[in-house]
Amino acid sequence: MVVFQEDLCKGCSLCVDACPKHILQISMTRINKKGHHPAECIDQEKCISCAFCATMCPDCVITVER
Amino acid sequence: MTVFKKPHALTDAPFHYCPGCTHGIVHRLVAEVIDELGIEGKTVGVAPVGCAVMAYDYFSCDMTEAAHGRAPAVATGLKRANPDNIVFTYQGDGDLASIGTAETVHAAARNENITVFFINNAIYGMTGGQMAPTSLVGQVTQTSPYGRDPSLCGYPVKICEMLGELEGPEYLERVAVNNVKNVKTAYKAIKKAFQNQIDGRGFSLVEVLSACPTNWGKTPSEALKWIDTAMIPYYPLGVYRDRTAGILPDSFKEGTV
Amino acid sequence: MAEKVLMKGNEAIAEAAILAGCRHYFGYPITPQTEIAAYMAKRMPKIGGTFLQAESEVAAINMVYGASSAGVRVMTSSSSPGISLKSEGISYLAGADLPAVIVNAQRGGPGLGGIQPSQSDYFQATRGGGHGDYHLIVLAPSSVQEMASLTIKAFDLADKWRAPVMILADGTTGQMMEPVSFDFEISPQPEKPWALTGTRGARPHNITNSLYLSPEVLEEKNFERYRKYDEIIRTEKMAEEYRMEDAEIVLVAFGIAARVSKNAVDAARKEGVKAGLIRPITLWPFPSDTLLKATEKARAFISVELSMGQLIEDVKLSTECRRPVYLCNRAGGMIPLPDQIHRAIMEAHSATAPGTSVSFSSCNKEDK
Repeated sequence: MVVFQEDLCKGCSLCVDACPKHILQISMTRINKKGHHPAECIDQEKCISCAFCATMCPDCVITVER
Repeated sequence: MTVFKKPHALTDAPFHYCPGCTHGIVHRLVAEVIDELGIEGKTVGVAPVGCAVMAYDYFSCDMTEAAHGRAPAVATGLKRANPDNIVFTYQGDGDLASIGTAETVHAAARNENITVFFINNAIYGMTGGQMAPTSLVGQVTQTSPYGRDPSLCGYPVKICEMLGELEGPEYLERVAVNNVKNVKTAYKAIKKAFQNQIDGRGFSLVEVLSACPTNWGKTPSEALKWIDTAMIPYYPLGVYRDRTAGILPDSFKEGTV
Repeated sequence: MAEKVLMKGNEAIAEAAILAGCRHYFGYPITPQTEIAAYMAKRMPKIGGTFLQAESEVAAINMVYGASSAGVRVMTSSSSPGISLKSEGISYLAGADLPAVIVNAQRGGPGLGGIQPSQSDYFQATRGGGHGDYHLIVLAPSSVQEMASLTIKAFDLADKWRAPVMILADGTTGQMMEPVSFDFEISPQPEKPWALTGTRGARPHNITNSLYLSPEVLEEKNFERYRKYDEIIRTEKMAEEYRMEDAEIVLVAFGIAARVSKNAVDAARKEGVKAGLIRPITLWPFPSDTLLKATEKARAFISVELSMGQLIEDVKLSTECRRPVYLCNRAGGMIPLPDQIHRAIMEAHSATAPGTSVSFSSCNKEDK
């Protein structure tokens, strides 16, 4: 499962591109403290904890748990 | 069980970089390696002038801020003063390959026992997108608005290839951080570059092809693709020098060194 | 009596630096200071120190910045054009409050100039030299013995005030040979808890830095540094007074110019003219109070310098227009002879005799 430290997210979407399970997206309904649409996980059940998202995140937003 | 979290060698300060700027990935990789090698307590980093100018706030180890291009000289002073410290510089292309070329070349020629991380994003980011020594032919920047014209401003500088012609350096590798596989390779290169210093082998430089979506005028996703389609063809990835592993230019083989 | 050795001024600086605990020297060859580098190259490897010939003066001063950040006593040396190149790094040292000792064996300028002695880097040294609001502590030796003693003092001052210190010598004091004693008492080096030696997991990270993007913070840093400078001005001024008890014609000169001036003072005294000499040993902070006090008895001041009129500005500022100030100078690598200074004394003496109207013009035009 992935945990986002959402207020650090700049909405660059590199995690979304990296996710092999296609369970990440940029939220179009929420805005974080920085004023960005943050990334979010739409289906934690499908997460395989590969950490590809965290590997490509430039801002250390994501913690991956198994 | 936590399988991925922010490394200890990074402070809690949020990066000031633009969305999708891969400086953040390289910072994290450097910090992860510092964690893995257990060297945070004896590491001293040198920040450059350029986008990474505030890197001293991001790494938990002791840090200094060098004048533009002078990081290898500052690192030389630090390392010579306290050889037990692990000293690294973190420099961009303007810093390392333009104003600081002399310092880079001579630190490499001396095989100074330091570790250099060279972030090549083919542009001056901090000042708003001017032509860098590594900007590609035809690349449009604020100061090459009609595209980089080699007849006016020459060709992009290939640092790994250039330093590879010196007898001095121990290790030179070019990596990229534009996909998961390349990031993992970059991690290994960064680790090797630190390990070389720990083992007293000498000058190690890792050139990292990095994205500047803001000044390239691309989305972060497009920018990572541009590294593949435009940068890597001109700046091929790979090991350019690994003295210990016997990877040397042809001219150095057969008893010339 | 302490043993004396015959030595060049430049070598005396190098040996004194080693005595002061300096084990790191970074430099680049330039005439007329190269003996310092050569001496260090010979000695450092034998005492476990570092001598490194950098690829440029710019690199050398930044190596100094690194070594100073690491907490060790470190020195570089150069001559005028090389000091211009180092000015960037010196500004950074000042901005990061880092101690270091920089030697300038001055030669004639501007540009590539010449290789003969000069004092024409006075403004550069005493006003800072690089960009931004800062000062160096500037020491001006006038003998080989002082090349040694002021070098040791320079390291102590640099550490005490966390500031770069410049030894402003010249081609003559660097090249001339005199007996010198190295019988110095060396004070222990202070702790440097701010140094970059690795956190060892025991403290928050140290940072040496001159970047402050917030103008409020940068202004406060500058205010704070200038409070330190005020304290330096209050406590560290040094000057030698020679035959000043009743001096009416006061020469002001430092370094090699002061040595020639002493001869001229003696000659004038023989002819009944009450001449004296104030020799600033610290050029920054400038011993202004010594000059101001001298105005009580003095009728005129003469700035004797190997430059086109740089020291004279501090003489004028210090004497607050109370007395006329004349210039007696040579430039471009030339040194004034005692005769020229003697004539300047005599002219100032007659021009300011009671009942004469005083001319403020330079009194040595015919010598140029």
